[in-house]
Amino acid sequence: MLTLGLARFVILRNITGFRRSWPVFLSGFFEPVFYLFSIGVGLGALIRTVTTDSGSVVPYAHFVAPAMLATAAMNGAIMDVTFNVFHKLKFAKLYDTMLATPASSRDIAVGEVTWALMRGGIYSAGFLLVALAMGFVHSWWAVLALPAALVIGAAFAGVGMWATTYMTTWQQFEIIFLIVQPLFLFSATFFPLSAYPEALQWVVRATPLYHGVVLERGLMLGEVGWGLLGSLAYLLVLAVVGMWGAGRRIEKLLLT
Amino acid sequence: MSAVPDAPDVSDVSSDAAAPQSRLLPGERRPMSLVERVWGLIGFHLTLLRRTWRGLVISRFLTPVLFLAAMGIGVGRLVDSASGGVDGVPYLQYVVPGIVMASVMQWAVSESTWPVMTLIKWNQMYAAMLAAPTRVADVLLAHWSVISFGVAWSAGAFIGIAALFGGVPSWWALLGIPIAVLTALAFVAPLFWFAAKTQNEEGFTTIFRLVITPLMLFSGTFFPIAQLPGWMQPIAWVTPLWHGTELARPAFLGDPLDPGHGAGWAVHVSVLAAYVLIGGWGAHRAFRARLEA
Repeated sequence: MLTLGLARFVILRNITGFRRSWPVFLSGFFEPVFYLFSIGVGLGALIRTVTTDSGSVVPYAHFVAPAMLATAAMNGAIMDVTFNVFHKLKFAKLYDTMLATPASSRDIAVGEVTWALMRGGIYSAGFLLVALAMGFVHSWWAVLALPAALVIGAAFAGVGMWATTYMTTWQQFEIIFLIVQPLFLFSATFFPLSAYPEALQWVVRATPLYHGVVLERGLMLGEVGWGLLGSLAYLLVLAVVGMWGAGRRIEKLLLT
Repeated sequence: MSAVPDAPDVSDVSSDAAAPQSRLLPGERRPMSLVERVWGLIGFHLTLLRRTWRGLVISRFLTPVLFLAAMGIGVGRLVDSASGGVDGVPYLQYVVPGIVMASVMQWAVSESTWPVMTLIKWNQMYAAMLAAPTRVADVLLAHWSVISFGVAWSAGAFIGIAALFGGVPSWWALLGIPIAVLTALAFVAPLFWFAAKTQNEEGFTTIFRLVITPLMLFSGTFFPIAQLPGWMQPIAWVTPLWHGTELARPAFLGDPLDPGHGAGWAVHVSVLAAYVLIGGWGAHRAFRARLEA
């Protein structure tokens, strides 16, 4: 089931498409690095150390770096499966063209999501190397940080693509910003969960990016416990549900 | 309005040898004044806003308020407990002018990139405006007035919200509104120039990611640029955002002319004004070349 089949042509098309606009592709890598150096290093000089939710005291930049990795994985995936897919679906009518070939709607869904993951994976790998070079990585568990970033990407790619199939105008994409931005700011990215009042902590615990941050932070700081499996399960379920929904909707949109 | 007279009063016309003053009279018309032309063009933008203001209100308020809560309050607690604020100022009060100015920049840039491209190229409304008895300068003045007005009320409202959070210690913060408009125009004018020169919109995404985001992060919004490595500080000195923030911060803290903040207010105002004037000159030239040719 997991062979790419004709989906690889969808991926190849994306690669060809970006060959002409590589600055746009490259710019996605810089954003989390800029945040790391600004908030993590610049503001970190004023904050010095912070106590993580698992109780260890780490320099602020080391605390922020894993959160930026999780955020980068989310952003990379979301941007690709929302704006780009919407443009192809609605305006370029690209998928109709593809369906005139032997490719199926499943190939299209798998191809687009795989491409989003590849893109997110490249950004995440680059970011991890920067964090490693800066000495922000504490443990060999960080080897798993890249696969974890792919899981985060898959969760958001699935749900994001599902949501895109319901969009009718560009203006509705404001809604995506309205969801992504609070997630970015409040998922224990810049300050630990313990800073929230008890009731709000449970709200944060229910959101997906928080689990991505917990996963990456545990792996990069070497604070590994069974709790991480819970976060992993949350993201995997989200990914499976998202892909299932997106696949169904695309089939409906393209074949009727 | 009284009815159009059947025959114009002869004595009235003879008393004014030039064209008759009222547009209701037959004959050669008096040319429209600058104010009339610009006001007419502003009407176009207001009609557009009547359809789109709801989305604008949400994006203009929610983003800064979220940043205020996360950075000002969440991160602020970490800063205050570790270093007692920035230069003795609680972090929330330190960061409010920074977030206002960074937001102003974002608004200014988003108003001067894709929407300008739309009016130039996609729906060609600028060409339609110029088909009426208007000039390029009127078109630019009208559009910039509308953007300035939007920035002014957005900045004012945000300062009010920040005050409710306890982030604004002084009434001098109201000076933040004119400073916001000046800072916005320092981005608007050069970006109109760029928009008129560029042929496709891909450059805008690159500008946002590689120029605007780093500006927000490294121009003294969230921490003093003294925290940056030495080689990065001169970069901040040439950016309009840094000058806007340095101008706004002492005002927000209650001492607008405080010399203790960097280069002094006269320098900041001059740099921002230079961006507006040079950008405005270039934008006017580029618009004439693109739209009148």
